[in-house]
Amino acid sequence: MHEMILTTLWTVVKILCVVLPLFGAVAYLTFAERKIIAYMQARLGPNRVGPKGWLQPIADVMKMFFKEVIIPTNANRYLFLLAPIFALAPALAAWAVIPFSATMVIANINAGVLYVLTITSLGVYGIIIAGWASNSKYAFLGALRSSAQIISYEIAMGFALVGVLMAAGSLNLNQIITAQQGGIIHWYWLPLFPLFIVHWISAVAETNRSPFDLAEGESEIVAGFHVEYAGISFGLFFLAEYANMILMAFLAAIFYLGGWLSPFQGIPVLEEFFAFVPGIVWLFIKAGFFIFLYLWFRATFPRYRYDQLMRLGWKVFIPVTIVWLVVLAVAIKLDLGPWFA
Amino acid sequence: MPVEKVIFYCFAALMLFAAFMVITSRHPVRAVLFLVLSFISASALWLLLEAEFLAIILVLVYVGAVMVLFLFVVMMLNMNTAPLKEGFSRYLPLGILIGVLFAGQVIWLLLDNQALLPEWRSLQRHAADYNNTEILGRALYSDYLYPFEIAGVILLVAIVAAIALTFRGTKSSRKQNISEQVKVTKADRLRIIKD
Repeated sequence: MHEMILTTLWTVVKILCVVLPLFGAVAYLTFAERKIIAYMQARLGPNRVGPKGWLQPIADVMKMFFKEVIIPTNANRYLFLLAPIFALAPALAAWAVIPFSATMVIANINAGVLYVLTITSLGVYGIIIAGWASNSKYAFLGALRSSAQIISYEIAMGFALVGVLMAAGSLNLNQIITAQQGGIIHWYWLPLFPLFIVHWISAVAETNRSPFDLAEGESEIVAGFHVEYAGISFGLFFLAEYANMILMAFLAAIFYLGGWLSPFQGIPVLEEFFAFVPGIVWLFIKAGFFIFLYLWFRATFPRYRYDQLMRLGWKVFIPVTIVWLVVLAVAIKLDLGPWFA
Repeated sequence: MPVEKVIFYCFAALMLFAAFMVITSRHPVRAVLFLVLSFISASALWLLLEAEFLAIILVLVYVGAVMVLFLFVVMMLNMNTAPLKEGFSRYLPLGILIGVLFAGQVIWLLLDNQALLPEWRSLQRHAADYNNTEILGRALYSDYLYPFEIAGVILLVAIVAAIALTFRGTKSSRKQNISEQVKVTKADRLRIIKD
């Protein structure tokens, strides 16, 4: 009994070690987003609060905390307040299986890939319930758009993941990473290149980010599903969206860019030179690249139209993934080197 | 009481409560959300049996996809629930009879020691390298390959039948031909007029 309490406490400490830095990362991701997009558009971005604007996210969070939470008349009170929690909980729960290094993981479970896919698919409840419970037409339209979009792109993403688990022969995230051992050309971005592209674009669509942010299309439906939310209840949706972005970036780094493996593996001099760098640093650099892509996309592409979005998901991505799964099966059967030898 | 028992009774009670609320709550959206809760509790019970693949697939398929579509439809319909409630007391005795019969069957089977295999009588604990996904995969793709494939073909037939039943011929809607749009060149759209 004594031992069990200790294990539980240790697990809680581990969870806090992941979740608290995540909150900080979300706060400074919003700052990075505003700054990076500003520089891409030849502006300065936030630069008033603190030195060079570095305290801006703190100011934003404080403002959110002290604003009133408004509940619209005729809204479904309980569901209206529960919806942000439904949105945030899966965004945090999925981090349980993310391996930060060979041993640094909260729960090293066998069915890690399935767990991630399942938990991220639950995030849509927050959006649908928010849209419905606010009793507002704009919010409802946003919720309908978003749920159809997330369900469609989940299929393409699931098929892309089937390719990853065929190649790695495992559903465990750490085993998927160790299966990619041997340097940059051994990582799965090369043998699974079409799946990599499909997975990443689906990840952008799953998180409702630009250019697929139809759920909040501000020009047509004001702000989509969270139009009626104010103060910290809106803040939770914001937090969930950015936590999901970071999660998707980490997943892409784990599945296709070798997770915590060093990029200099197998290169004679550089491998020893960079041997002191811990794996978590490489993982952060790789995930950081994908997070930068999110911001770059937002500054570059115009928003997709809804029918174009559905066409891309159903008529382009799903056939591409199915064809590549057949190619992959042949490659694995033939022990094609250097990946499947 | 061991921890497993506590977890089992918590989730079993939650599941029964949620299932009860599904049929008694007045609002259809609330009923769907309680159904989601009962699916999640069922998946927790499966996790207790170390059947993590089945537990996760239950949440992925039913909660993540099927119930989202349910919720979608229920929210869009402006349902009038009064006609559905008519005749509740008239059908109640029949409903209770069927429920009692079913529960009696299950309890009778569980009490009959001959019907139960020894490994079903208590919670099994597997070694740390036990992989439920692998065992299930082996069973489906080697021992029961033909039944599994035949079930797949039957499902495919069902999909084709459903599409054939609802397909009402190609609509003459104005649709974009995207490949045609992509192939457009400057000469097709732009005419330069010199003076």
